[in-house]
Amino acid sequence: MAGPITDKTAIVGIGQTAFGKGLPDSELSLACQAISLAIDDAGLSPGDVDGLAMFSMEEGREVDVARSVGLGDISFFSEIGYGGGAGCGVVGHAAMAVATGQCQVAVGWRARKRAAKTSRPWAQVSRRITGHWQWSRPWGVVRPVDEIAMLTRRYMHEYGATRDHLANVALAARKHANRNPAATMYEKPLTREQYMEGRWISEPLCLYDNCLETDGALAVVVTSAERALDLPHPPAYIHSFAQGLPRQHQTMTNYFCEDPLRGPAWACADALWRTADFGPADVKVAQLYDAFSPLIVLSLEGYGFCERGEGGPFTDDGNIEWPDGRLPVNTSGAGMSEAYVHGFNLVLEGTRQMRGTSTSPVDGADTCLVTSGEGVPTSALLLRK
Amino acid sequence: MESGLLLPDVEDPDAAPFWAGTARGELLVQACGKCGAWRMPPRPMCPACRSLESTWIATSGRGTVWSFVVPHPPLLPAYAELAPYNAIVVALEEDPTIRFVGNLVTSPEGPIDEVDPASIEIGEPVRVVFAPVEDVHLPRWVRA
Repeated sequence: MAGPITDKTAIVGIGQTAFGKGLPDSELSLACQAISLAIDDAGLSPGDVDGLAMFSMEEGREVDVARSVGLGDISFFSEIGYGGGAGCGVVGHAAMAVATGQCQVAVGWRARKRAAKTSRPWAQVSRRITGHWQWSRPWGVVRPVDEIAMLTRRYMHEYGATRDHLANVALAARKHANRNPAATMYEKPLTREQYMEGRWISEPLCLYDNCLETDGALAVVVTSAERALDLPHPPAYIHSFAQGLPRQHQTMTNYFCEDPLRGPAWACADALWRTADFGPADVKVAQLYDAFSPLIVLSLEGYGFCERGEGGPFTDDGNIEWPDGRLPVNTSGAGMSEAYVHGFNLVLEGTRQMRGTSTSPVDGADTCLVTSGEGVPTSALLLRK
Repeated sequence: MESGLLLPDVEDPDAAPFWAGTARGELLVQACGKCGAWRMPPRPMCPACRSLESTWIATSGRGTVWSFVVPHPPLLPAYAELAPYNAIVVALEEDPTIRFVGNLVTSPEGPIDEVDPASIEIGEPVRVVFAPVEDVHLPRWVRA
């Protein structure tokens, strides 16, 4: 059933910098470059932009971005928290602001210099901990990978999922990246044997269950559906948008609620499908947040592509691979093999699928699900042609 | 001596009674002072009845392994020195939805890399011990 913002706005511009390690530019500079490219791609001018939405973790602030890129008077600006959970929220807030007339042209972005080891958030924790992390970090559950590995082990125990299922996820992403010249792993194939021999990071998760560490930035431009028709590219309409912060949830250390394996994806999906004219069975391509391979398995369940416990087997038989899978997932290579920029590249790949410009375009896909981080308070988008 | 471990601020307003309890050798759970509902982690208001009153209940200190991980580097230096080590989540006997992160050790002051990770099983029974680290007593677990 249509909601108040259904199809009222569209992504009309996308821009991204090169992805790399040790890029010389600052995060602010990278943000400005991606935003500038997205505005050009939309066929608009910086002075047209009057709305901003960004990750609260963004280093470059709104004022710095606006006066660097030469944006117009800004009548709406918004920040979304929870790191990898924020990406679709950024786009969704931009869409809501445009749909309600709070602004006419909004940009959303993520810029990150993550490749330097010292830049990783878990390495910057001050020694004395307050708040929720005092219930996990003292015992050596220090990194996001440790937090998710804990849920993964339990998931494998309850449902019989295997490392082969997780490998399916990593290999699908890599195959798609091998078709995408912009991807970090474009020229680096991955075999199941390599996966199985990969060094442990936090058992039961190995190196290849983890996303990349990337420097880079991406941006999108959102405007009204009417205005989108006058712009150069086919619009990727924002059909539905939701955020998800389920009751009694606690970030990725979600061990303290009744059913820890039922993460934010479920609550987000309930709200997302509620304002959609179609359901999971109609969706032929998805960009699912993949900081870690098990998040794909959980997201397939949470967003309703299969029942609980069936996310592992769903990845078998090339089912999540281009071109013939039931649901090709992460067709750019995503966080595991294209770039890890807090999942914002998933939004751009979803847009390219709607435009028909993906390097792995899925036949007949006229809608695309894009999700942000499972495990943390999250968000998701349904795009349509 | 500084351990290099990531330790709680034992004066955290929500959690101070918990850490005072571990120093006395008790594993406490916060309970609502009005409706009695247990909650972990501690927080200012009862999500069941919104009371601001709370008490702390001494538990059996017994539970079962709900899940576990074995972290390997890259890690912060103090943890990298011990890696690979185990970290476990324990479900409390009285209420298995009350859970604690910990380590499986063989004695209160034993190192967290002593138990062979391949021997750890989900569901195995454990009981709490308290490891003194700097000015904190960390709950850890031994096989029951």
